Amino acid sequence: MATPHRSSSAAPAARASLDAESGEWLRALRGSRAERQAAIERLHALLLRIARNEVNRRGARLSVTGPELDDLAHQAADDALLAITAKIDDFRGESRFTTWAYKFVILEVSAKIGRHFWRDPGVRLEAEDWERLPDRLGFDPAKESEWRDLLAALRRAVEEELTERQRRIFVALVLTGVPLDALAIEMESNRNAIYKTLFDARRKLRAVLTANGYLNDDISRRP
Amino acid sequence: MNGWGELDRFLHTDPRDVGCEEAMAMLHVYVELVAQDAGAEQRYPGIAAHLRACGPCSDDYEGLLAAICDPSDGGDEGPRIGPLS
Ligand SMILES: [Zn+2]
Repeated sequence: MATPHRSSSAAPAARASLDAESGEWLRALRGSRAERQAAIERLHALLLRIARNEVNRRGARLSVTGPELDDLAHQAADDALLAITAKIDDFRGESRFTTWAYKFVILEVSAKIGRHFWRDPGVRLEAEDWERLPDRLGFDPAKESEWRDLLAALRRAVEEELTERQRRIFVALVLTGVPLDALAIEMESNRNAIYKTLFDARRKLRAVLTANGYLNDDISRRP
Repeated sequence: MNGWGELDRFLHTDPRDVGCEEAMAMLHVYVELVAQDAGAEQRYPGIAAHLRACGPCSDDYEGLLAAICDPSDGGDEGPRIGPLS
């Protein structure tokens, strides 16, 4: 993650003009009091529908149910609306207005689900559990002799090569199964910083395992 | 996928990976290119690399793609979902 890919060739071509629908949204949201109010109501209804679809899409994986999910969708739509109206001058017409606006509500749903993780009384953090790792990675128990050394080497590398912060994050995400967004809240950090630390840890672990002959340094094996 | 492949895949890092912040900043642009099958990966290889490796960002990406492809949205583009990889 050394160089952010932000070369000018990758920048979206500036739009000569907004599409008509996006232009209409901007005009109404900056219009008279009545126009603005009507546009805000219409936008809120759209955001709420997107939020509901999104919590339902993710709901199966969560321990959140019906009314609570709907409450979460309402909160996400309300907060997204506030953010959108506050940041409307940041919209540069690189996408349709609604795509830009929907991003706010999707990210709000995401953030609220991350916070919800710690409120769930059913959440139990297992201790750092190396015993479950083979199963989670899909190693065949019948072939333990083939992978035992690899996992022992991985564990040694985690304990000896990673910094304290890298180790804490690796253990929470990989061994304990804490969602990344929930861990970011717990550590008073953010998704980007946690990801970056995990990225560095992954790279370091892979280098160690490759140097010791446990993994191939074969770029063609990339997914 | 067996354990070796899974571990290898997890530990593999792509130097083009832009990280969460950059990927989320351009997500609205990226997702429209995907929906229009307009070369999102070629134009933003660093975002594509990130979405392959980051669960939460990939989840947000899937959600936003689903939102703009929602047929009840009434947009004039119609739902078109491009290949993801
Ligand atoms: Zn990410």
